[in-house]
Amino acid sequence: MSDPVSPSFDAETEAEAELEPEPGEDPSATDAEPGRTGAHSVVAALENAGAEAMFGVQGGAIMPVYDALYDSDLRHVMMAHEQAAAHAADAYGIVSGTPGVCLATSGPGATNLVTGIADADMDSDPMVALTGQVPTDFVGNDAFQETDTTGVTAPITKTNYFADHADTVGDTVGEAFAYAAAGRPGPTLVDLPKDVTQDETAVEPGDATVPDTYDPQTEADDEAVAEAARRLERAEKPVVLVGGGVIKGDATEELRAFAREYEIPVATSMPAVGAFPEDDDLSLEMVGMHGTGYANMATTHCDVMLAVGTRFDDRLTGGVDTFAPEAEVLHVDIDPAEISKNVTADVALIGDAATVLDQLDAEMERAPDCREWRSQCWTWKSEYPMDYATPDDEPLKPQFVVEAFDEATGDDTIVTTGVGQHQMWAVQYWTYTEPRTWVSSHGLGTMGYGLPAAIGAKFAADDDQQVVCFEGDGSFLMTMQELSVAVRENLDITVAVLNNEYIGMVRQWQDAFYDGRHSASEYNWCPEFEPLAEAFGAQGFTVSDYDEVADTVEAALAYDGPSVVDVRIDPAENVYPMVPSGGANGKFALSEDQL
Amino acid sequence: MTEGLQGPAPDERPHPDGRRTKQGTRIDPEVEAEQDTRTAVVSALVEHEPGVLAKVSGLFSRRQFNIESLTVGPTTVEGNARITLVVEETDDGIDQVKKQVEKLRPVIQVGELDDDAVCAELVVLKVRGDEPDKVHAITQMYEGQTLDAGPRTITVQITGDQQKIDDAVDAFRQFGIIEIARTGQTALARGDTPTTPGEEPGHEKAAEKTRKDDTRTGTYDD
Ligand SMILES: Cc1ncc(C[n+]2csc(CCOP(=O)(O)OP(=O)(O)O)c2C)c(N)n1
Repeated sequence: MSDPVSPSFDAETEAEAELEPEPGEDPSATDAEPGRTGAHSVVAALENAGAEAMFGVQGGAIMPVYDALYDSDLRHVMMAHEQAAAHAADAYGIVSGTPGVCLATSGPGATNLVTGIADADMDSDPMVALTGQVPTDFVGNDAFQETDTTGVTAPITKTNYFADHADTVGDTVGEAFAYAAAGRPGPTLVDLPKDVTQDETAVEPGDATVPDTYDPQTEADDEAVAEAARRLERAEKPVVLVGGGVIKGDATEELRAFAREYEIPVATSMPAVGAFPEDDDLSLEMVGMHGTGYANMATTHCDVMLAVGTRFDDRLTGGVDTFAPEAEVLHVDIDPAEISKNVTADVALIGDAATVLDQLDAEMERAPDCREWRSQCWTWKSEYPMDYATPDDEPLKPQFVVEAFDEATGDDTIVTTGVGQHQMWAVQYWTYTEPRTWVSSHGLGTMGYGLPAAIGAKFAADDDQQVVCFEGDGSFLMTMQELSVAVRENLDITVAVLNNEYIGMVRQWQDAFYDGRHSASEYNWCPEFEPLAEAFGAQGFTVSDYDEVADTVEAALAYDGPSVVDVRIDPAENVYPMVPSGGANGKFALSEDQL
Repeated sequence: MTEGLQGPAPDERPHPDGRRTKQGTRIDPEVEAEQDTRTAVVSALVEHEPGVLAKVSGLFSRRQFNIESLTVGPTTVEGNARITLVVEETDDGIDQVKKQVEKLRPVIQVGELDDDAVCAELVVLKVRGDEPDKVHAITQMYEGQTLDAGPRTITVQITGDQQKIDDAVDAFRQFGIIEIARTGQTALARGDTPTTPGEEPGHEKAAEKTRKDDTRTGTYDD
């Protein structure tokens, strides 16, 4: 049987639908506008719910939905691969705060989405996935392109649904959309059997509402707030640890005001980059495996940690035994299950980040007396500067290129990345000052995230907001086919491939922990990205000298459409500081010999 | 030209003396650090929809919770079911179990039962039929019933709390147990206490959510 239309299904379901009306069918369904189907309800529900952009790939089981989309004003972007559709939707959600929607057919379409869904789940990004499914009567028969999609995605979605009737499918999709964005965001999925989307229905979906079993607490208990405030007032060495929840909860303003009013140094997790301006005196920047020395010193030595919207991932904590080992932890989170999951909270403040910060602010009677601690933090900032050497006899350093792009672009520029060394240089050497401008794959660490994320981000960005994507050679090769989409949609994005002709991060670990045995991390051949970009119809550049960096960056940014810069960087360059997995954050290494 | 990363090496820096446990709890030298595990009975009122049992049981393997038994059955409210879980965890672990189960969308309410909750389990035992009188006597002793008696095998059922079932199983060993099936514990809170917090008698909220024409909801288990 041949894809994409799976003709036999269409024939069989249509024939069946004619012969045998659904048992117990709503009589009002006969009033249906002729040809109005479950798929129309799916689209109407997305429109009602405020969906803005969708990314997907066609196929047999999802065709009814695509057919209904044909008449809709919803923006749909045809992607080259479903994984990229999911990443684009995910990035759209990160930048806009509104769930991005991705669509795929059953079977391989749905399984191709899986990586992107898992990525969104790990990072609590709002996203809705709609997958086609074989007709209900075929489910369980190992039919052509059948996969148990709700089974496969149960552990990697906030929730998922198997749509069971054309009359209710619209409300299910609306609920999935509302649920993805509510409380702690996350990906939701609706599996859509082809008969459900193809059957006629007169039922119009209602407003998109979250399920009535979902009612997250937004305000923290007063006693807990008072307790937290007292501990914070008494603190001698306080730190605010900001997690991605601050950005997702739109609590950036409250967080900034709070830290500044009480003059408490601020460290961020990686997803929280941009929540607090990195050029602020109080900023310690990012903490964790490749965080700054000063952030790791301050979080290791603090006596009270106000942690807001973070799940204490192990790349952030390092070995949990040595993570802020003497600190009382005041943990603000909207998800009660995050409290004391990885790090025990001394005070649990369950609620919405912005609301709880306001509550705390109202409760605080004075700022902690921590002048000495602040100067200690500033000493650490000068003791452990984020810096790199540029010796004449060594090739171009990637950090320099990241800084060059930062200088050439505005503060609101959105940066997306793949996964590897280049991702870490992009976070370390760009100065982030705005929320929703740093778009990366944190919890799952998915190579190939950068380009599709740049595409999704571009659709969510303001018209004059630039999008720069840093990729590694290996990571770029995983999803570079999406350049075809960027060209087709004429998206003004710039991809800088920090090309070290290595699977660099793996090579770095092999040098540090595996006696330099470069097993499957060295290429003996790597494609040239400039002509490759041009073959796609994008503008290609190559740069390898310091002198040419500024001009090339300028030309690439100025090009009106997608451009790709093959940046030939020093293949031997490594990412430091570094805390080895499970190590003590306070013992971060500044070079390989300190590991 | 700049210098690259600088600063005191790891062994030249101050390091705090304090530590946390593997579970992330600050170690207070005064207090015993490691928590003991205990058995808890957790009841979850859920919307009876396809996949709900898979969602709950999947959580247990994914989060590595130690689960001793799981039972499920409908309540008197159409569209609702009750899942009873017996778990063996530390206090923090039990807390996590409750919070993670609560997060699942079809879960309406979760509660942990007190020690005085009423718990019951059913066991069906098939033993050799050589000594029917003795088997009968032991069955009576445990207030059980004989379900099937033949020349070669006798099958009985016993209900009761876990201790009683364990004792009964021991008592039947003398006859040679050929096959055994246990349901795992199911439980309700004693007296007027609701089994899950806020649960009302005949809880009606979810009844309205009954699905039309749902042919896939014939069983809890999908
Ligand atoms: C999909 C996926 N596969 C494998 C990995 C493991 N991994 C992490 S970083 C890395 C190397 C990335 O190499 P490259 O894209 O060239 O970037 P570089 O580290 O050289 O900057 C690999 C293989 C991953 N994170 N994601």
